[in-house]
Amino acid sequence: MTAIGIALRYFRNEILVLPTRLIAVLFVLLLIFLPLLTRDMYILRILSIAAIFSIYAASWDLLSGYVGQVNFGHAFFFGVAAYTTALLNLRLGLSPLITIPLGGIASVLVGLLVGIPCLRLKGPYLGLATLAFPIMLTGIIFAFPEFFGGELGISGIARLASSRLNEYYIVVILMLVLCYIMWKITDSKIGIIFHAIREDEIAVRASGINTTKYKLLAFCLSGFFAGIAGGLFTHFLRVAGPPMLAVLMSFQAIIWSIFGGIVTIYGAVVGVFILFPALEFLRAAAEYRMLIFALIVLLVLRFMPQGITAFFRDKLERECPRCKVRNAITRKECRVCFSGMK
Amino acid sequence: MLSDILVHGLMNGAVYAMLAVGFSLIFGAARIINMAHTAFFMLSAYFIFYFGTTLALHPAIAMPLSIIVVVAIGVLVYYVFMEPVREHGTAVLIVTVSLAMVFQELILISFGGHYRGVNSIITGFVSPMGIRISYQYLLTLGVVSLSLVIVWLVLMKTRLGTAIRASAQDREVANLMGMNVAWIAVATMAISVTLASIAGVMVAPLYTLNPHMWLSPLVLVLAIVILGGLGSIKGSFIGALILAFIEVTVVFLMPGGAFLKLAVALAIMLMILVIRPEGLFGVYLEGER
Repeated sequence: MTAIGIALRYFRNEILVLPTRLIAVLFVLLLIFLPLLTRDMYILRILSIAAIFSIYAASWDLLSGYVGQVNFGHAFFFGVAAYTTALLNLRLGLSPLITIPLGGIASVLVGLLVGIPCLRLKGPYLGLATLAFPIMLTGIIFAFPEFFGGELGISGIARLASSRLNEYYIVVILMLVLCYIMWKITDSKIGIIFHAIREDEIAVRASGINTTKYKLLAFCLSGFFAGIAGGLFTHFLRVAGPPMLAVLMSFQAIIWSIFGGIVTIYGAVVGVFILFPALEFLRAAAEYRMLIFALIVLLVLRFMPQGITAFFRDKLERECPRCKVRNAITRKECRVCFSGMK
Repeated sequence: MLSDILVHGLMNGAVYAMLAVGFSLIFGAARIINMAHTAFFMLSAYFIFYFGTTLALHPAIAMPLSIIVVVAIGVLVYYVFMEPVREHGTAVLIVTVSLAMVFQELILISFGGHYRGVNSIITGFVSPMGIRISYQYLLTLGVVSLSLVIVWLVLMKTRLGTAIRASAQDREVANLMGMNVAWIAVATMAISVTLASIAGVMVAPLYTLNPHMWLSPLVLVLAIVILGGLGSIKGSFIGALILAFIEVTVVFLMPGGAFLKLAVALAIMLMILVIRPEGLFGVYLEGER
């Protein structure tokens, strides 16, 4: 009785008060209960891939949005994990339960590899230098086709789970858990330091914080989450190929995150869940598909340069001028300090 | 072998320099990382294909016409899409990437995805030291070098050039000194697109055209520009020659070189960056840290 009461009160006092929180909860519930409404394999497949890409895009936001280390080569983490899981599964016959975490760890190591030389670089230099890594790896993959499968990639990898429905639940629940972890990381003390490094690195260093350590930590964390996404994707599609390392793959993470709204984590998820299904449904207009897609991204960012979530959040909610707590736009007075909202 | 490397290295270096200098200019004057820069190169190659081969206009008409059209598109696109989001560094990136994708798709729809060739402006070749160099190569090299010299003179000797360099060094102070920074950015955009467009028009007969031909030069231009130091014209020029020669040498001397050329070039770029984090000729501006 009391547990339900507390839950209900929490729901009323913490979730119902803000429209964006309500939308977030409804979205999570919809994802979890969707298979009750439809068993359409096509829809489940699209949403599963969108969930995997959400982890990937959110991990980009963690590194580039929060810490400000704009990474143009995020596909490197994704691709390294994809190839690691694929090779481990195919050559050693390990199960996805082991290969996916190992892929994540491989990406952490690779994150260190990228992070250490790039620590000295700043701003655009860093971004453009990171672009080099996936391209170099692609060159190596093409140069040794016997081991890496060349242009066709590595196929014949074990399935993630026995049925599409199980795969959907594994992927969606992992996505929710991992994105929640990322969100909590950015909400913690580490997250505050990440914010500060982005805003003024020299000031942070002057406050006695070892920024090098935190920047490397960001590279490793981001690499780990992107790596998990890469491993999941490999086992889901049952193939690991050079497109996972392509320049376009890196750009896609950036497009999704910036479209959704940078420095939010949830923005990346929103971006993927809008743009990825949109791109799929545009298959109806086969020839104009990419054109429409690019135009949508172009126009949305032209008129909402802070991303779609920031734009609509400011339409639905307002910050209390006195205590800085967010309130629904309909409220006349702040829900915490009761001062007028004008 | 050595002369092959020399000829191709010079040729590619000159074309890369054209692209990189333009990219560097617009970064300097407007602080925009213009990912659509090489898309203008692709566009002008297709326009010369359309005007020169499909409509069969004389090259002397077709070439200026394509350059003018592409520059007009460039300036328009700058006004409509880039200038308003200039303050949001990350949004600019995606706006320009999606612009490049829009151009690519428009070309794909109107010309189709298969590879196209453009007729050479002049045919024939000379063969000094036993290698064939077609006249088109020499013409391209000549035009490209001439354009680079002209841009250099404009930047160094004219009022506009001084203004561009000033706003590249410090936009705020340039503005305070009474320069119209917004107008300088537009002028710089025009110059930058002109350079890309000349390169596209001249190179079209030597390359095969396809709608994706903007992507791999883009990667190289980005590498060149950071190798040379962002915003530094001299750096872009020297960076272009270095990377072009590395690429050509790898192709000629290493087995599987065609796959590894970009990888080796980028690895060397990274090594140089580790030693000199601001590129060869770049400087960190403390005010913009």
